[in-house]
Amino acid sequence: MDKLLLLGDESIAQAAIDAGISGVYAYPGTPSTEIMEYIQNSKEAEELNIFRNWASNEKTAMEAAIGMSYTGKRTICCMKHVGLNVAADPFINSAFTGANGGLIVVTADDPSMHSSQNEQDSRFYGKFAMLPVFEPSNQQEAYDMVFSAFEISEKYKIPVLLRITTRLAHSRSAIVRRKKLPQKDLKLPDDLKQFVLLPAIARKKFKALLSTSKNFFVEAENSPFNQYFDATDKSKGIIACGLAYNYLMENYPDRKLPNPVLKISQYPLPRSLVEKIYNECNEILVLEEGYPIVEELLKGIVSKNKTVYGRLDGTLPRDGELNPRSVSIALGLPQNKVREVPSIVVPRPPSLCPSCPHIDLFLALNDALKSYTPGRVFSDIGCYTLGALPPYNAINSCVDMGASLTMAKGAADAGLFPSVTVIGDSTFTHSGITGLLDAVNDKSSITVIILDNITTAMTGGQPSAGTGKLENICEGIGVEKEHIKIIKPLKKNHEENVKVIKEELEYKGVSIIISRRECVVSLNKRMSEKFKKN
Amino acid sequence: MKKDIILAGVGGQGILSIAAIIGYAAVETGLFLKQAEVHGMSQRGGEVQSHLRLSSSPIASDLIPEGKANLIISIEPMEALRYLPMLAPDGWLITNTEPFINIPNYPEIDKLMDEINNLPYHIALNADKIAKELNATKSVNMVVLGAASPFLDINYEKMENAIRTIFKRKGNEIVDINIAAMKAGRNYTESVIKK
Ligand SMILES: Cc1ncc(C[n+]2csc(CCOP(=O)(O)OP(=O)(O)O)c2C)c(N)n1
Ligand code: SF4
Repeated sequence: MDKLLLLGDESIAQAAIDAGISGVYAYPGTPSTEIMEYIQNSKEAEELNIFRNWASNEKTAMEAAIGMSYTGKRTICCMKHVGLNVAADPFINSAFTGANGGLIVVTADDPSMHSSQNEQDSRFYGKFAMLPVFEPSNQQEAYDMVFSAFEISEKYKIPVLLRITTRLAHSRSAIVRRKKLPQKDLKLPDDLKQFVLLPAIARKKFKALLSTSKNFFVEAENSPFNQYFDATDKSKGIIACGLAYNYLMENYPDRKLPNPVLKISQYPLPRSLVEKIYNECNEILVLEEGYPIVEELLKGIVSKNKTVYGRLDGTLPRDGELNPRSVSIALGLPQNKVREVPSIVVPRPPSLCPSCPHIDLFLALNDALKSYTPGRVFSDIGCYTLGALPPYNAINSCVDMGASLTMAKGAADAGLFPSVTVIGDSTFTHSGITGLLDAVNDKSSITVIILDNITTAMTGGQPSAGTGKLENICEGIGVEKEHIKIIKPLKKNHEENVKVIKEELEYKGVSIIISRRECVVSLNKRMSEKFKKN
Repeated sequence: MKKDIILAGVGGQGILSIAAIIGYAAVETGLFLKQAEVHGMSQRGGEVQSHLRLSSSPIASDLIPEGKANLIISIEPMEALRYLPMLAPDGWLITNTEPFINIPNYPEIDKLMDEINNLPYHIALNADKIAKELNATKSVNMVVLGAASPFLDINYEKMENAIRTIFKRKGNEIVDINIAAMKAGRNYTESVIKK
């Protein structure tokens, strides 16, 4: 079959197409975005009429995916790690309802926080929900696992979690494709109450999950992705999870290790394999990308007399992603001397593009707020978060998507006046709308600035769910019409914009300022595409 | 054969195109490849790097171990130096000398050049100037790629073919400009090495 040069994300996307999905649901988020984008750009997906539009947020995406699974069709739902926090309610409950058509939830974790607010480890969610978790070590495995995950999902009628991390998501390698599977026919669940989680039913469902989950251990024991490589030197045994396995092998170019190695890529942990390595070796080293979840399990609360090394005792760094060197140090191998970064080299943090609309808004906002004490701008996640950096120093918070609105409300309720929200258009429709309704119902005095750059810019310019609807949404929620203002953030409008913002800051109630000008990157992209067509 | 390459630059300078061209040519040659890219936040004018690994046998890690890179190819002088810990003792550093200044505390260019010139194996060229002379201001990255090409151990025609394939969608004119830019970079290195 054909060989393709694909990112980890793209390998999953191509596998999903080849495994016969009927739809993919997702909200953008680095490093998961390219899964949906690949399927959107795929001719095959178009011919197969695979549903592939962005959702408003991860929760709506997850629920729609459960709905597609209900009809007996295969589907995947993709998000970045923190997206699973947003989708946690349907995700955890989907373990109770179970699946009908194959359902894979893909989360892309971001250890070292290259583009994220935290580095949480999604494997905990898999354990929490009691679902099987797949963690590929390379692109080919990522591709192959999609097929296996669908099989397990349909065999046990449960959703399955596929967890990757940034390095795999954004690393390219050649993969070999498999024969394409046909899409499934529409077939509703045999039991039409399968998805009704009334307490009486949910209790039964939970008992059923507890009993099926025993099989997940058996599947992990027999999984081709979990492998035990025996060796003669039993002074130390090494457990390497997912990507960490590659860093281990990198340190042995001939691929011959003196110590036994247990490679883990499918959870729950295969108990007998873990017991074997634990019992046969004098010490254990655990290599895992993310939190020390396996290490903690092995160490237990009352430590046994066997030593387990890993992230918890400093053998490996407690935070951040692994790399060949950190693993090499943990293995106790000799280290080559490396050059240092010359001291004159300074960091180059990301910054807003020249002539970005957010710049003009921040300059106007800073001027409008000059007469007040600092520290009253609650912001959110997107390109505009870069407004926290000099020379703007314009915002005082960034917690999770939507929090700008509700934090400003909480602060206003506590007496901070004026209290300002700065939120992107995509973030507003992701999780701002419900918070705005709270503020309107409580008549909280907040000034909400929606940065409508007509796109989801930070993640690469995906469409924004509220484009063309923002005024109507705000009015529909109950914001007074005369306090919904629209400004165009441009240098020449500076004075006028400062005036509008100042007026609304003084209003005792909810006011909305929509600062509308297209992101220059997406404008340029749109123009060059238009130019190409003509 | 084994080549571990760090590609460096500032978000938007086109290191992923360099990676794509080397990658395409390498796969055509039948080599194994792994290429870790940076997507996301830093692409907004921040520091970006890519680890490109080519080998005639399977590759384990997506990341190059520190001190093992055979080449650093950089479109910007300060960015070239940022990844020095990655460079092998006998590794080559190939860099553009034209600074990209989008931060207030950018160091003095002379001091940066001193650091670069102190390295035992390096090629430093003003790729911006060369590209301008060719009327190819958008192909600075291709000039740098060309300057690195003699160190890649990949058939040069295969690299030209890669440009043809990858830029085909953009039309013949763009293909030709990029091939000419790569050639100019290659000529520079060949002239320096001969001396
Ligand atoms: C729960 C969650 N999902 C996704 C993301 C990734 N993410 C960060 S910013 C952003 C888009 C922001 O778009 P918008 O609010 O329109 O601001 P812009 O970047 O366009 O300025 C996304 C999707 C995240 N940080 N958290
Ligand atoms: S991508 Fe768009 S929104 Fe983001 S900084 Fe650049 S111009 Fe601004």
